[in-house]
Amino acid sequence: MNAIADIDWPSSDFTRVPYRVFVDPEIYKLEQERIFRGPIWAYLGLEAEVPNPGDYKTTFVGDTPMVLQRTMDGELAAFENRCAHRGAIVRREPFGNDTEHRCVYHQWCYDLKGALTGVPFRRGVQGKGGYPKDFDLSKHPMRPMRVATYNGVIFGTFSDATPPLKTFLGTSICAYLDRLFHKPVKVLGYLRQDIKSNWKLYTENVKDPYHAGLLHLFHATFGLYRSTQKGAVLMSESKFNSVLYNIGGNYDKDLAEENYKNQKKYVPTDYDLYDPQLLASRPDFPDGIANMIMCIAPTVVVQQIMNTMATRNIRPKGPGQFELFWTYFGFADDDEELTQIRLTQANLIGPSGYISMEDSEATEMVQDNAVVRSTGDTVIEMGGRGEIHDLDYLISEMPIRGFWSHYAKLMAEPPALQEAAE
Amino acid sequence: MSLAEAAAPLESDLLLQHQVTQFLYAYARCLDEDRLEDWPTFFDDACFYGILPRENAVKGLPLCVLSARTQGMLKDRVKSLREANIYNLHYPRHVVSNVEILACRSDSLDVVSNVTVYQTDMEGRTTLFCVGQYNDRLNRKDGGALKIGSRTVTIDTYNIPNLLAIPI
Repeated sequence: MNAIADIDWPSSDFTRVPYRVFVDPEIYKLEQERIFRGPIWAYLGLEAEVPNPGDYKTTFVGDTPMVLQRTMDGELAAFENRCAHRGAIVRREPFGNDTEHRCVYHQWCYDLKGALTGVPFRRGVQGKGGYPKDFDLSKHPMRPMRVATYNGVIFGTFSDATPPLKTFLGTSICAYLDRLFHKPVKVLGYLRQDIKSNWKLYTENVKDPYHAGLLHLFHATFGLYRSTQKGAVLMSESKFNSVLYNIGGNYDKDLAEENYKNQKKYVPTDYDLYDPQLLASRPDFPDGIANMIMCIAPTVVVQQIMNTMATRNIRPKGPGQFELFWTYFGFADDDEELTQIRLTQANLIGPSGYISMEDSEATEMVQDNAVVRSTGDTVIEMGGRGEIHDLDYLISEMPIRGFWSHYAKLMAEPPALQEAAE
Repeated sequence: MSLAEAAAPLESDLLLQHQVTQFLYAYARCLDEDRLEDWPTFFDDACFYGILPRENAVKGLPLCVLSARTQGMLKDRVKSLREANIYNLHYPRHVVSNVEILACRSDSLDVVSNVTVYQTDMEGRTTLFCVGQYNDRLNRKDGGALKIGSRTVTIDTYNIPNLLAIPI
């Protein structure tokens, strides 16, 4: 028994995870403090979303509302979307451009880095009212975040204890971010899902190559992905972040049918599409990778599936609910045909995605049962017990154990480390 | 001309209004009665169908939740729903209202209408799933039949509860 914080981890290799972590409101609160406001780099957006001076985007880190800002000198800033006066949301629009931020409640005014620049009636009216003489504007900013970018992807952290961004991301994650964001991107649109399950069930899902060929049958049927295909699992040094990928088009049909023969759901015939345009692809990369799912815990998934590219921002809304916010993009220099391919292949992903609609259904099914009975533990042994390491195959749940190992560490951090940022 | 002035119907429009409304109702009933295989037949061979989040519409971004550029793609969607995809078990109910014919040409009509979709789960509990607006180009075929040339469903409920499997 290995008691960390007040979570009892039944095994030190995280082959067991207590159902309680998905439903307990106290654990949820602690996660907001020790993880989302703790020593992690949280996804805020893409530089392409705020290209011009004055551009801003409102977002969330955990359940904390945030403003991501391009300042007038072209720098990036981020701060809590919360007036330092009485706590109102200051920016209500999803996107905008402005030279200042003004709270509607009492007109407290902030600059584009979130510093307080003015309050109405500071000296009162005709000698009456007003703030005390020693009232110091500089003491009342909207709570700022440190911001760093990697190849146009913007991250922020509230904690002074967070390691440098590249260290946090890890060597393998940086390599695959280099691959994907090798040139400027442009946003093609947003999709949102309101999912009634704990955010960590989704994190597990994107670190779980075991399910991909079994739950997502569209995928399997068209040979986009089969668990028998060549692929790999890479993790950050911390094991918190992961990359799963598989090579497309190289599957061995006989091997697939042999391995799937006891799976009743799998029909070992290749469907013909009425309209094959859906899968008509113009590969963006020379390496043949058909699916690449990266998880930069705890806030974002970065994906490339054929010609689709997207970030999926995980925004917890309580122990039993999170929003999945998809930002779908192409490259800035895409021609018309390639943009059309990306828009058509968007049918593969998102809330109606041929190969993704099952994920939220699966996490909701687990949540429904965890709420009813939160005792006991999940079983995570596919791919073995013990040491957590990279793999050159996909029949595994090992990256899920990697996530939990670092989660447990973060949850056990004494809050003192984070006080500096409060 | 203001919206209010444009809305005054001529008596000769009433038959057309009736025909369009009946067509939209039949489309909704097709989905509600789980006759998905019939759904693509409401469309012309060359067609567009897209479910567009209102926030993308506002920003001028083209990304749809679900889209098809041919009747074949609509058939593929049905085949996948029937044979491959796993989704929440439910009965859908589409309510169509506020049907307005905005433009009337010899070979096509521009029509807008509102749509509300409820879902009822297997324990009989109903929830509001989606509200939105249909923006349709309806082609008038020989003999007077209507086919959808283009249907964009702009959804206000773009924070989609769980997932969107059955088309709107």
